[in-house]
Amino acid sequence: MASYSTNEFKGGLKLLLDGDPCSIIENELVKPGKGQAFNRVKLRNFKTGRVLEKTFKSGESVEAADVVDVDMEFSYNDGEFWYFMDPNTFEQVAAPDSALTESGKWIKPQELCTVTLWDGVPLVVTPPNFVELAVAETDPGLKGDTAQGGTKPATLESGAIVKVPLFIEIGEVLKVDTRSGEYVSRVKE
Amino acid sequence: MTDNWKPGASLETLKIRARVLQSIRAFFVARDVLEVETPILSKSAITDPQLESFMTQFNQTDYYLHTSPEFYMKRLLAAGSGDIYQIARVFRVDEQGRNHNPEFSMLEWYRLGFDHHALMDEIENLIENIFSGLQITPGFARISYQQAFQNTLGIDPLASDVSELTQCAKENNIEIPQGMDLDDKDMWLDWLMVASIAPGFSKNRFTFLYDYPASQAALARLDKSDSRIAHRFELFSGELELANGFYELTDAHEQAERFLNENKLREQRGQKAMPIDLQLLDALKAGLPECSGVAIGVDRLLMVLTQAGHIRDVIPFETGK
Repeated sequence: MASYSTNEFKGGLKLLLDGDPCSIIENELVKPGKGQAFNRVKLRNFKTGRVLEKTFKSGESVEAADVVDVDMEFSYNDGEFWYFMDPNTFEQVAAPDSALTESGKWIKPQELCTVTLWDGVPLVVTPPNFVELAVAETDPGLKGDTAQGGTKPATLESGAIVKVPLFIEIGEVLKVDTRSGEYVSRVKE
Repeated sequence: MTDNWKPGASLETLKIRARVLQSIRAFFVARDVLEVETPILSKSAITDPQLESFMTQFNQTDYYLHTSPEFYMKRLLAAGSGDIYQIARVFRVDEQGRNHNPEFSMLEWYRLGFDHHALMDEIENLIENIFSGLQITPGFARISYQQAFQNTLGIDPLASDVSELTQCAKENNIEIPQGMDLDDKDMWLDWLMVASIAPGFSKNRFTFLYDYPASQAALARLDKSDSRIAHRFELFSGELELANGFYELTDAHEQAERFLNENKLREQRGQKAMPIDLQLLDALKAGLPECSGVAIGVDRLLMVLTQAGHIRDVIPFETGK
């Protein structure tokens, strides 16, 4: 079994804790002056999504989690699973709803997402930071009203609802930031 | 091109840093304490199991980078130097993080005829001096190691055994770290210190913690009337440790015994035993004057002064950058 010593701890490192794969968010070395050092670690549990804190005696070894991030293309959703394909190996994986949480509403077929695999099983699907999606539904646009600051809701082709400027029309393609869920700009065709 | 080449500290902070170094030197010049420089490379190394020295080779011989200039400075003291100070760059393996960089600046000084409380008084004066340049008046508190444990956890760190310390951690809902050696009393004391005692120190002033348990004496002499206590102290700002000082051990035999015990402990823990500094022991035999000494982390003091959240904010370039 691969393992990491506490002196290798850093943000992003994947560990197996109590059988669950976790990712280090923050690692702090604490030392009582001279004397035993400890690592105070903040981690995210991939399975529950929860953030936990744990302390290790420095020098301890902790089992590594076989967790890798792979860029994969979204193929389709059959109502139960979301299917992704590795464009290099054509290998397919099926991700359950729980792996997507908020991600599902931002992606359409062929979108290249980051799929976090644990022992080959999808744990988390992260959409690109920016996606381009067409407006499926919104109130009629207000022509010429490009300077005012008002917004209205618009439903995108992938299902997400974002606040957009009043001048946006159905069918227009928008650039959206998936991290904040905010409209960025119109995409010039 | 990226911004990776740029320094971590702002130019403004580097100017404060330069001013602090100037005021440290002015402080010691005014008190007739001699500035010295001692070797960074040494054939011997510290035996403390909690410290790892960088190693290199020269002429088929292993050399170690010092973790503090203490041993050479004590040889100067034994040779009759009188009061001395040094601002040295020191090196420690495996220490990098918010409050740690593998190389850092240490101010170390020794005062003849001072006990540890007299030296704490002088540290207060030095810090007041440094801070006055920035129109800040720092506050100070002093508490013994025993009293701090009694106040915070209601337990006597000198009299308690590991089962009482374990019970105390449980009663206070203190997490037990993974890998904790439950039978190691000093590890328990260290853990309770980081988890509970130090976080309770006021963020608005400096706290001296003094008279450590004899098992954590390092290079401090033991109390004449209570051998459970060593005259070692540490200085904190909030929970950040800034300095470590001793009313120095001058007994060569006791020092040799401590080195040997530490090496034994290193081997038990799977660490390499370190070459003991025999010339330091000879110097102690020749006679180290009664004195107290302290080492202050200059970078951490700057972190306090500039309210920096990371050590990289007060040094031009952190290790590896």
